[in-house]
Amino acid sequence: MNEQHFNTVIKPKSGWFDLHLKEVFAYRDLIFLFVKRNFVSKYKQTVLGPAWAIIQPLLTTVVFTLVFGNIAGLAPDSVPSFVFYLSGTVLWTYFSNCLTQTANTFVANSATMGKVYFPRLVMPISTVFSELISLAIQYVFLIIFLVYYAAAKQGVQPNLWMLMTPLIVLQLAMLSLGCGIIISALTTKYRDLAMLVGFGTQLWMYASPIAYDMFRFTAFAPGGKWHALYMCNPISPIVNLFRYAYLGTGAIEWKYYFIGWGITLALLFIGIVLFSRVEKTFMDTV
Amino acid sequence: MDEIAIRIEHVSKEYRLGAIGGGTLRGDLQSLVARIKGREDPNSKIGSDSSKRMGERFLALDDVSFEVKKGEALGIIGHNGAGKSTLLKLLSRVTAPTKGTISYNGRIASMLEVGTGFHPELTGRENVYMNGAILGMTKAEIDRKFDQIVEFAEMEKFIDTPVKRYSSGMYVKLAFAVSAHLDSEIMVMDEVLAVGDMKFQQKCLGKMGDAANSEGRTVLYVSHNMNTIRQLCTRCIVLDHGKLIFDGDVEKAIGIYMDLSRDESVEADYVSYIRPNWIQADNLRLCSAKFINKDVNSFYREEKIKIEYNVRYSKALETIGLRFEVRMLDGTAVATAVSENIPIKCSDKVQSFSASYDVSNLVEGVYKTYYTFFTYNEYGNYRNIDCVPGLQFSIVPPDERCIAEWDGQQWGFVQLPSPETKPERSELNG
Repeated sequence: MNEQHFNTVIKPKSGWFDLHLKEVFAYRDLIFLFVKRNFVSKYKQTVLGPAWAIIQPLLTTVVFTLVFGNIAGLAPDSVPSFVFYLSGTVLWTYFSNCLTQTANTFVANSATMGKVYFPRLVMPISTVFSELISLAIQYVFLIIFLVYYAAAKQGVQPNLWMLMTPLIVLQLAMLSLGCGIIISALTTKYRDLAMLVGFGTQLWMYASPIAYDMFRFTAFAPGGKWHALYMCNPISPIVNLFRYAYLGTGAIEWKYYFIGWGITLALLFIGIVLFSRVEKTFMDTV
Repeated sequence: MDEIAIRIEHVSKEYRLGAIGGGTLRGDLQSLVARIKGREDPNSKIGSDSSKRMGERFLALDDVSFEVKKGEALGIIGHNGAGKSTLLKLLSRVTAPTKGTISYNGRIASMLEVGTGFHPELTGRENVYMNGAILGMTKAEIDRKFDQIVEFAEMEKFIDTPVKRYSSGMYVKLAFAVSAHLDSEIMVMDEVLAVGDMKFQQKCLGKMGDAANSEGRTVLYVSHNMNTIRQLCTRCIVLDHGKLIFDGDVEKAIGIYMDLSRDESVEADYVSYIRPNWIQADNLRLCSAKFINKDVNSFYREEKIKIEYNVRYSKALETIGLRFEVRMLDGTAVATAVSENIPIKCSDKVQSFSASYDVSNLVEGVYKTYYTFFTYNEYGNYRNIDCVPGLQFSIVPPDERCIAEWDGQQWGFVQLPSPETKPERSELNG
């Protein structure tokens, strides 16, 4: 009787790789409910409701088209610059929203997390899923424009690479989750990083082919001296693949696409390890 | 039933006093650089040397070990800061211990604060699912329990209203109902019953009692309310300054907890005692009081308690009386003795009088008292003119035990004189 078996043992510190991912799966209903809660509470008492999911990227696209497309002339000539920017903005909006929200996980939810235990990873994961809903709305919107431009023979050439869409979204989700939880794990003690997040994502956007066509810059285009470095930003091959699939513009470089996946998986893994490390005692420092 | 549900072994939880870290990356880097270079830490307090930094730590829990058997209802009592809430936090895995191991079987439903995760914009129904899931229920489980939960909370009418429109009572009722219906093997509660009306509180206690007694669940309950501890718990531990000082019988534990606030004095001085605001008149002031027949404050029931009062009676009033009010240590009123006309005259000097109280009807225990002087007139109007917390006393059992141990919680704290019993003519026998 003295050596009774216990199914839960709480110890002061566990190893670096004590990750409890199975437990996260057991709480999948909670993830679903958080997603529902985030969605419902976001649009309650608004007149336009989920239409807001479209308005923000739409306005961004219009601004990009005017400033970077028409004035600066950074959009490709082969496709209408509006849908070029729209395709980039849809992906980027998803990525940056996920990143900024997951980065804030511990601080924003300390009230709930301070009272009851559930696997903390549930929170950022549900954020990534909630944002999928907005992404889906924007995606439908993008398709409507694509169909219009394709029918009007404006040089848009959607092709079978579109079947890669789920993989593209999955990679974006994993990348934003990875980066987000790394930041959230580091911000439980130092809030400085949280200040950087908004600014950092802005910078990151300009380091990715969102607001301009990378092939317009000889330094970034294949063969250019910054090309390899530029493509090591996992966002670049993702956006290139997406644009190639839906607009038929640009090129796919498989080497960098797979490097991008490697970086994504590495960041996600580091993120989960760091996150599991701090989740046990973050309440004492947050 | 000897299966152990929770085992806590040598658990300590340490907190650092003051600010945690420098608060900013820059501050911590500065400290680090200073330490490497062997210079004084620019962020440390002036005059504190770095070897003393260990002294800034604080043990909220200090080497606590105990076991809880399955189906037990364990009460946890102690003064504020004794470590009760820290213990519950560790158990519910909100934070991890600094040292030691906690092992348990089954799920823990913690109710450190009810309504965790309630979102004001969502309806009662949506929040029940939300809250249930946070506590670890699956959707299917909540589906099954939903009607029971709503019925228990008495919320049928309002379940589809956003909870931001609820009154605070409704909010808490619904939240408690969710927690209470969780099929967890262990329930952890921190004074959730401080809310809700009397009827609902009794319902909650009943529900938790059932959980422990008939459903074989383990209940850990923290409260400052000794009555609910008595009602619910089968065993009790006492924490004091992070240490476990008692583990065992509930009444004994409460006794020890009360002892921590117990006063052994036989004399009290009230000259510098600041009267509460509601005492307007200053015609009379009690200067001191003391027991004159004993030099300890414990009495047998057959003994009288004799108290000498020293008063300054400076402005004349018609009549002056004195109430000797006896209460339990937790404040429950027990009995009062009234002296209607006390033998003092208006004068500049401090005067003394004594009173002897018959406490033969009080059962064993520790009591605190209040001395209240009042004045009244022939029309029955009366008002209090001085009131002070009096000396504590305890009634101790005589050497030979009485037949049954007195159950104060059920029978009260006053034993009426034994009734006369005599045979009567029985009609059936003719």
